[in-house]
Amino acid sequence: MTSLLNISNVSMCFAHRDVLSDVSFDVAPGERAALLGHNGAGKTTLFRIILGFLNPSAGQITVNGAVPGTAAARNAVSYLPESVSFPKLLTGRETVAFYAKLKGVAPAAVDQVLADVDLTDAADQRCGTYSKGMRQRLGLAQAMLGDPKLLLLDEPTSGLDPLARQRFYHLISKMAERGTAVLLSSHGLSEIEARTDRVAILRKGKLVADAPLTDLQHSANLPLRIRVQADTAHVDTVHQQMGGQRINGATVELECRYPEKMQRLSAISALGPAVRDVEVYPPSLDDIYRHYSAGKETKQ
Amino acid sequence: MSGLIAIARNEVRIGMRNKWIMLATAILLVFALLLVLLGSGPATSSSTDGLTIISASLATLSVYLVPLIALLLSFDAIAGEIDRGTLQLTLASPVSRAAVVLGKFLGHVIVLSIAVMIGYGLAGLCAFVAIENVAAEGVLDLARVVGTSIALGATFVAIGYVASACVRQTGTAAALAIAIWLFAVVLYDMALLGGLLADPEGVFATDLFPYLLVANPADAFRLFNLTALDAAGASTGFAAGGDVLPFAPQLAIASPFIWIAVTLWLTVVMMQRIKP
Repeated sequence: MTSLLNISNVSMCFAHRDVLSDVSFDVAPGERAALLGHNGAGKTTLFRIILGFLNPSAGQITVNGAVPGTAAARNAVSYLPESVSFPKLLTGRETVAFYAKLKGVAPAAVDQVLADVDLTDAADQRCGTYSKGMRQRLGLAQAMLGDPKLLLLDEPTSGLDPLARQRFYHLISKMAERGTAVLLSSHGLSEIEARTDRVAILRKGKLVADAPLTDLQHSANLPLRIRVQADTAHVDTVHQQMGGQRINGATVELECRYPEKMQRLSAISALGPAVRDVEVYPPSLDDIYRHYSAGKETKQ
Repeated sequence: MSGLIAIARNEVRIGMRNKWIMLATAILLVFALLLVLLGSGPATSSSTDGLTIISASLATLSVYLVPLIALLLSFDAIAGEIDRGTLQLTLASPVSRAAVVLGKFLGHVIVLSIAVMIGYGLAGLCAFVAIENVAAEGVLDLARVVGTSIALGATFVAIGYVASACVRQTGTAAALAIAIWLFAVVLYDMALLGGLLADPEGVFATDLFPYLLVANPADAFRLFNLTALDAAGASTGFAAGGDVLPFAPQLAIASPFIWIAVTLWLTVVMMQRIKP
């Protein structure tokens, strides 16, 4: 499958500071890719280059085979900026209808996208009365107009409550099923959960990871945590035999690599009645993200 | 082209709901009605048409209020949209940057025209009812003031865009717009007057002054209208100056149109370079 968005060796330098260095990745039609990184990691800069607002210092980008910023590229892209406040004096419907005209999309699509984001009831209220979540959904509605080939979403789920976030990913998936390539940025892995096909992580302008989430989990090779709850009388014995860390009067926490997991667990069960309960925690999404975004370079 | 029209319609919609524009239009109407009431007293029952005299008063009113309404409409056009993130959205769509500028201009000039026509149209209608024997010339005089007021406003709309494209924050753009209004409408005239008083016979008064006068679109507007009204018999005291101009005072009306062309072009050039 040919990629819809192709980023090859893009570097960007602002006032002698490298904001992006040698970033390459692709997004294929129907693929949901997430671009992660801290504030200032270069996510928004990369988006601005993809939109043609900025020219990269080096490297090339093609959008649907066209140079960013050309009419062909702009016809293929839909964008939702990180923070956008629509004119307070216009209603939601007027706002979406305006962008439909700019994009040359039939007016019939307006009601459809408003219904998709659950704004039909509020469509005739002025945007000035909207809550943050509603404004975010309105922004998404205009981005969904006309089934774009590439959907660029800059931190789309910030400010959404968990239910709205779930609904948001459902919409994104529906669009991806129709062949839209989706690239969204976010602060952390826990935000995107498991709802993207691929995760790219930017750290200080460098791409430090670009793989499906399960691969990242695997290659990060982070330790699991095993929490052993012991009898108060035997907690010292358990601590001496197993090592690890005492957390409170009755609990010992152990860290171990994935291959040693079963071996450790059988050692724990061999302790018999001294152990009251065992809990195993795999590394959380936040742990994995922290590993890539703040940790050492990892080779894949 | 459809993008340009969509942007114009959007600006008309926003402008018509803008409380500041409503307030400014109301002020324009109140002042215009006051001038009509004062101007239609028995003292004016001379040979001159009542509407002509009212037109002269309205032209003076326009110099102050119309640029203010225009700058209110335009100061936010670019800086504000960058601030709020909507310009990024617009520029990400397939519409050209020149169409964004021209669409906004068209929309803002329509809003301004509606404001001027409501203010002066209603005032003219009152005058028409209040004054007996209105001549066709009087109606023509009023129409000229309305038409040139819109041209004057359009000039300041375009000047407002240049100011708005220079800065990135709404607040800065607002301050710049107020400074432009103060300079063009108040301080510029004072400076010219000061120059004249300092040396009434010097190079400044004889050679430079007429050109400096028409270089300011607000003064050019006043010169054009009051000269035309003097010809119609309203004594504005301006004709005395008109005789010494090195060009026909009717040409003064070219000044706002040149300003519109230059500032719109400049805005389009600046817009091409904006990296939202």
